[in-house]
Amino acid sequence: MLSETRIVLRNLGRIDPVSVQDYQKQGGYGPLRKALSMKTEEVIAEMKRSGLRGRGGAGFPVWKKWSFTASAQSGQKYVICNADEGEPGTNKDRVILSGDPNSVFEGMAIAAYAVGADRGFLYLRREYPYVAPILDQALENARAEGCLGKNILGSSFSFDIEVISGGGAYVCGEETALIESIEGRRGEPRFKPPYPGVSGLYGRPTVVNNVETLANVPVILQRGGEWFSGIGVPNCTGTKVFTLCGNITQKGVFEYPMGTNLRDIYETHGGVKDNFDLRGFMLGGQSGNLINAGQMDLSMDIDSCQQAESVLGTGTIMVIDDRNDILDIVQNIMSFFIEESCGKCTPCREGNIRILEILRRISGGEGRMEDLTLLEDLAGMMNVACLCGLGQNSSVAVITSLHNFREVYVKAIERGRRA
Amino acid sequence: MHSIAGEDYFITPAAEKRITELASRYQNEPEQLMNILLDIQKETANSFPRSVAALVSRVTGIPEAKLYGFVSFYSMFSTKPRGRYVVRMCHSAPCHVCGAQGVMEAISKTLGIKPGETTRDGRFTLEYCQCLGVCENAPAIMVNETVYRNLTPGRAATLMEDYQRGDMKEC
Repeated sequence: MLSETRIVLRNLGRIDPVSVQDYQKQGGYGPLRKALSMKTEEVIAEMKRSGLRGRGGAGFPVWKKWSFTASAQSGQKYVICNADEGEPGTNKDRVILSGDPNSVFEGMAIAAYAVGADRGFLYLRREYPYVAPILDQALENARAEGCLGKNILGSSFSFDIEVISGGGAYVCGEETALIESIEGRRGEPRFKPPYPGVSGLYGRPTVVNNVETLANVPVILQRGGEWFSGIGVPNCTGTKVFTLCGNITQKGVFEYPMGTNLRDIYETHGGVKDNFDLRGFMLGGQSGNLINAGQMDLSMDIDSCQQAESVLGTGTIMVIDDRNDILDIVQNIMSFFIEESCGKCTPCREGNIRILEILRRISGGEGRMEDLTLLEDLAGMMNVACLCGLGQNSSVAVITSLHNFREVYVKAIERGRRA
Repeated sequence: MHSIAGEDYFITPAAEKRITELASRYQNEPEQLMNILLDIQKETANSFPRSVAALVSRVTGIPEAKLYGFVSFYSMFSTKPRGRYVVRMCHSAPCHVCGAQGVMEAISKTLGIKPGETTRDGRFTLEYCQCLGVCENAPAIMVNETVYRNLTPGRAATLMEDYQRGDMKEC
């Protein structure tokens, strides 16, 4: 049985989310005060020592992102909190924001100080309209206490945060699409480079960090990067907030050190429900991978997952029991990407549709063995040719299910042949 | 009452005043556009048809084509009139493996409409949507801005009946 290591979720259920006083009683805004007494380079150096990597899926080192923006010359810089949590099977950011919004605001303020920004945006997905009033109230209280706004905590540093609503588009989780959306346009990803760190919102240097990433920042400042780097595994430090969903007995949001074994998480939370059998997992969301029940001895950290042709992503663990058909799930996933493709680049706009056609052909008994190669080719092409992460990863579920559940495809094709 | 007739939406003088007010909040700060347009949509049968786009364009100076491009991109907008209650059923995998299909069938049967349709009385529109971000409580639906979690076909049908009877406060 595992027990949680709560860093990000440190205050969850222990404070009134909108009360800045409650947050301060738990040590909140002390780290910001500490940061303001440090040189900006020292703040970034502390982040480097911590080894913190982005928690939104890509795992980019946070200190590097910050240092790009810090060294960019501009009179105006921005910090954006990416709260467009669209990855199906992930709802950790909603839990963090509605349970402890100040931890995210404080992380944003520390980032802003480190890079020299004075304006912040929190891009909240429209599917969470009920979180917005919590954020608005918490912001108002934090300003009244001098923790945000002009001359924060009596210093010469000023920074404020505005909540911006999303419009219901998965692709806006991609940072340049998110920026396009804040700029009042369709959320279509930009060509990179330039990266937002140098040229982001309104062409200005912009740090874009995920909710969970930012909630880690105050604790790192408070307890030190070295302490943080002792949690988790080398090169992937700290904890991960996992969303457990699907056919598992105990669903919910749980925080474990990076590198925790998937089997231990699965067993701690009661395994599959109602005496069904485990068929497999969808890890990292719908842009993540499908693994079978025999593959669950997996270290849940960014690098180990990658080495195992898997993905940690946003920390989704969706359990699939034997009532479900893998081919049906893969088709569901492809319909999602057809719906959510922004249409800007052809490989994604067309490729997802063609993949679903082939999948339907196979499950409808019209498949051929050559289709399996065709699927691999098409998915491989999209992975290299698509502009953004959406298209590059939309067929990961197809590829990984072809590898990890190949018999399902072969059976469907053979069944069709006999008929 | 919202007037839903044909493909377009007739703007009453009262609605015109309200839309103009809301659109006037736009002061060339692009980051405010989303919030403003979402507020306008609440006034106009949960939709953003061409007549509304034309009016907003006149007030803000944003070309109508750009507004259309914007609202047609985001799933929270509709260019076709929708019902007073927009019922959105999560279509993503975590709800899918927890019995979303049965819930959708129960809702569809109770309301008497298929996904994408609006009831004749203009009260309900049924839609599929993507992840609502309540995966730990799947399957889930959203009615306007309220989320309902851990649904079964039976509970979903009862909930829709409550709405039909008008027992639910407008949200």
